[in-house]
Amino acid sequence: MRVVWSLLLVGVLALIAFFGAQAGGQALFGIVLPYLAMAVFLVGVAARVVGWARSTVPFRIPTTCGQERSLPWIKPASLDNPSTGLGAAARVLLEVFTFRSLFRNNRSELREGGRFTFSADKWLWAAALAFHYSFLVVFLRHYRFFAEPVPAVVAWIQGLDGFFQVGLPVVYVSDIVLVAALGYLLWRRLADARLRYISLHADYFPLALILGVALSGVLLRYFSKADIVAVKELAIGLVSFHPAVPKGIDPLVFVHIFLVSVLLTYFPFSKLVHMAGVFLSPTRNLANDNRMHRHVNPWNPPIVGHTYAEWEQEFHDKLVASGIPLDKE
Amino acid sequence: MRDRAWIFIGLAAFLALALAPVWQSALHGAARKPEPKIVTKAKQCVEPTAEMRRNHMELLNAWRDTVVRRGQRTYLAADGKTVTMSLSGTCMSCHPNKKEFCDACHNYLAVSPYCWECHIEPKEKS
Repeated sequence: MRVVWSLLLVGVLALIAFFGAQAGGQALFGIVLPYLAMAVFLVGVAARVVGWARSTVPFRIPTTCGQERSLPWIKPASLDNPSTGLGAAARVLLEVFTFRSLFRNNRSELREGGRFTFSADKWLWAAALAFHYSFLVVFLRHYRFFAEPVPAVVAWIQGLDGFFQVGLPVVYVSDIVLVAALGYLLWRRLADARLRYISLHADYFPLALILGVALSGVLLRYFSKADIVAVKELAIGLVSFHPAVPKGIDPLVFVHIFLVSVLLTYFPFSKLVHMAGVFLSPTRNLANDNRMHRHVNPWNPPIVGHTYAEWEQEFHDKLVASGIPLDKE
Repeated sequence: MRDRAWIFIGLAAFLALALAPVWQSALHGAARKPEPKIVTKAKQCVEPTAEMRRNHMELLNAWRDTVVRRGQRTYLAADGKTVTMSLSGTCMSCHPNKKEFCDACHNYLAVSPYCWECHIEPKEKS
């Protein structure tokens, strides 16, 4: 049921923008809300990161996924259990670029006859990788709307993405991969009863929202063929702070922009902020050197020692009276 | 503790990158809207202007396929006129100014159609 609500909500948002833009809300959906969304996104993400930076890390808590560095003749797993800052940095970068923690995904199932099986499940990893990279390519391609002249890199990405030259406008591989991966990630949550049970609105809504963004973009490019010269005028107006809505923009463009605005606004307050958080996860970015360096908790009060000799001195008479032997004799 | 500096460097880099289009527009100044120059006296293209603006790529793609794969060269327009399907012969007779017509919008939006991988580009003074 939860997935229905999320899909419905995205549908309603799309309809609001579609009819709102036609009812004279073009400046609202094209200028005011994008600016607001961008401000909320940047300030929100910065606030989250500053909040994380300010929290104390009294002790190193890396997840250890391999042999710790110990004796010289035991080979350490320098990436899975890094003992140096460089190793930890490499581990974070590999996590960011290749999603190694998802690669370890396992699946446990109760089979017929009461047999319980564990097996590797790479589908989540593969779909997540496909989704994130195609989304990145789509994101980078959109730079052509915001910059004049368009950087050569963007043109190269476009050329590579449209390598197969299918149809005109040329079909981008990233569009197909993006929608397919999103579809799989949504289906994955629905197909397994246990996964469905633990899936929340916060899991379905981002998927539905990004699916909405992707599908509205696909519609604009391949089917309704929006006037992109006007769209670029709008985008350039926004980034040069001389915003104006040119005439003749397809209402579907405002649906696309509005859904992206919602995504940006939702970003800092949801699980999507893992974009920043992945760099700051203490289980990944700290070196496992707890046994090499002494980590003193910064807020510990100074330890006031009380040695046995002092204690014996304090209770000297009582100890003597009880006939207990003293060290200091 | 000691890592806080790194976090703020990263955050600053992220914010600077996220606002890249703003810096670029500040550096290069406001971009002007492209105005494709039409040099012909004809009132209308093969199809109505709005239709051409939106779907010229599909039309050209369909023409390419019909000519190259089926050997047909006659196109029946929506208003009943017949046109010879030919980029150099028909399109370029009214629009010989590739640089001022085609490229005006295509360069603005980094669109690079592959017409000229087979066709010979018209010689123009830039």
